[in-house]
Amino acid sequence: MRFLPDAEQTAFGRNLDRMFAAADTPSAVRAWARGEHGPGRELWARVAGAGVFGLAVPEAHGGSGLLPVELGVAFVELGRHAAPGPLVETVAAAVLLGRFAGDGLAGAWLPRICTGQVMASLAMPCGGPYALDADAADAVLVVSGDPADDLHLARDCDPVQASLDPARRLARPRDGELLATGPGVREAACCAADWAAFATAAQALGVGLALLDRTVGYARQRTQFGVPIGSFQAVKHRLADVLIGLEFARPLLHGAAVALAGRAPEASAEVAAAKVAACEAAYAAARTALQVHGAVGYTAEYDLSLWIGKARALRGAWGTPAECRAKVLHK
Amino acid sequence: MDLDFTPQEQAFRADARAWLADHVPCRPLTSLETRQGFAEHRAWERTLCDGGWSAVSWPREYGGRGASLLEWLVFEEEYYAAGAPFRVSQNGIHLLAPTLLEHGTEEQRARILPAMASGETVWAQAWSEPEAGSDLASLRSAAVRTEGGWLLSGVKTWSSRAAFADRAFGLFRSHPGAARPHQGLTYAMFPLDADGVTVRPIGRLDGKPAFAELFLDGVFVPDADVIGEPGRGWQTAMSTAGSERGLTLRSPGRLAAAAGRLAALWRTAADPDDTALRDRVADAVIRARAYRLYGYAQACAGRLAAGAEASLTKVFWSELDLAVHETALDLLGPDGELAEGAWPDGYVFALAGPIYAGTNEIQRDIIAERLLGLPKGRRG
Repeated sequence: MRFLPDAEQTAFGRNLDRMFAAADTPSAVRAWARGEHGPGRELWARVAGAGVFGLAVPEAHGGSGLLPVELGVAFVELGRHAAPGPLVETVAAAVLLGRFAGDGLAGAWLPRICTGQVMASLAMPCGGPYALDADAADAVLVVSGDPADDLHLARDCDPVQASLDPARRLARPRDGELLATGPGVREAACCAADWAAFATAAQALGVGLALLDRTVGYARQRTQFGVPIGSFQAVKHRLADVLIGLEFARPLLHGAAVALAGRAPEASAEVAAAKVAACEAAYAAARTALQVHGAVGYTAEYDLSLWIGKARALRGAWGTPAECRAKVLHK
Repeated sequence: MDLDFTPQEQAFRADARAWLADHVPCRPLTSLETRQGFAEHRAWERTLCDGGWSAVSWPREYGGRGASLLEWLVFEEEYYAAGAPFRVSQNGIHLLAPTLLEHGTEEQRARILPAMASGETVWAQAWSEPEAGSDLASLRSAAVRTEGGWLLSGVKTWSSRAAFADRAFGLFRSHPGAARPHQGLTYAMFPLDADGVTVRPIGRLDGKPAFAELFLDGVFVPDADVIGEPGRGWQTAMSTAGSERGLTLRSPGRLAAAAGRLAALWRTAADPDDTALRDRVADAVIRARAYRLYGYAQACAGRLAAGAEASLTKVFWSELDLAVHETALDLLGPDGELAEGAWPDGYVFALAGPIYAGTNEIQRDIIAERLLGLPKGRRG
């Protein structure tokens, strides 16, 4: 058994961390929230260049094969830096399209997803009616019908609506060109949904880690009553609980990655467990971060807001807490 | 990254499972917090030891199997999945033994460990005092130098299993002039039936004598029963604290089995429309799974969470254990009020988890200060 990231996987995460830190990511996030996609697209190209999207694409189409462990490592860093864009949706779309190798769909789309040329969004019944960042995406895929056997390329979308995370912009897509139909679509969508939930869980873990890190830093330097507020037990204990939540979500995420890699029958339940644990931990981190920062944490201007909103949004994305818990028990 | 077991580990699991299937009592033993139950559990330790399963992670020469950390985790999974009894020798095997293996003399290990493994000697921990709980280092029980050893005096309390145990281990102030309270302590072992020892059993919440107060009046302890260097008992004891708080005291396998029983109870007894209860059951299953995987990660890193990291584990398992049992009692409805049975017994036991082995408040202080780097503050 080797149930730890290896040196190469750890270095991959560290390099992404450095890349985002050097790129003034918060400015790109704020621009994205205003609908200015230029800086976000530049970041997107770098993410693609680092090989992140290729981790969900078979080698035959320019990817590295489906590597959930590495993908998890990457999405923790994407969350840690609050990177904007339909990252999860592009990965899920890649997994979905990868199931249609025979009829040209995979070949048409996957190489361009790998290189970052195609930013994809995706709406499926299990993920709700909205496509994330449909206004910025080059392609919006829609799985619909009853049963959900139809895969469309959306023709256009309803106007975008703001999210509680300003960097997420939601729109209802309208069905367009039919790309594929039949039970194969349903099966591919189920698989893609697991990958979407998994990537969301990893992203949430990264969001939580960033919130904890920033809040610990703040509690060490902010003084009241003549001492750092981090010396008060009421503050310490909340932050300790945040760390516990995050540290025990991590092995679930790794367990889900191993299950996905092995195409294990229990992968859905494992992913659901990781999703609920990581998202709850990140949300608790956000609540604590807000409380410990006090009023300044409640402002849009302060960068903490980039992660606070995201922690809320990711909780419900690609599987609500209740749906995930039900899945864990009914596996 | 993988979760694969080697053929050797799989064989180890198969051996453990087969032996347990043949030997685990088909009817649950009487609660170990009673005189009769204590005797039944002691006899079970003997059976375990005869099979070579009572202390798998110890070296073979002392009655163990030299099992790796991963194998130990596997054994614990099989042990509790088989519904085997709780371990009356837990405090000795998981708290005292690691200290002896690290700091004891060869003579001590050879004399003490085999008798511990067989249940012939059951150990109790004597750390807390009436005035020294969370602030353990303020303890006042004294060890006074005498010819060939030490004379122990003072009061120890909340000593788990001490009502029926044979011997105890604890910390005593031997060098009262030391600059700091953590200095000048000595780690000593003594028989609970020695001259000068009075054991007063204390009923826990349900009245069962799960722990005891120990009155010591000039109890002689030979030098051979002091662990480590006299005066450096705190440092010696802290290696035990890591074991107590970390994975070993309440193993992932134990929590996994409890969560599994809860899920089974939910499937048979729950109102399917009660999604609030369903979510609590799911959370217990998820957290038990997290703990199990956390254990594997620790084993793969080649170390147990010791020191400050063990505090993360302690808060996690103690709160999980309580959540599992609270949820089970809620699921049982009116029957959840009945005092007899595995769930209520486990519930009363779990209620103590956030208190013993360093309260969860102390653990959170340790996490905040040593893992997060927050400034030390005045406690209390």
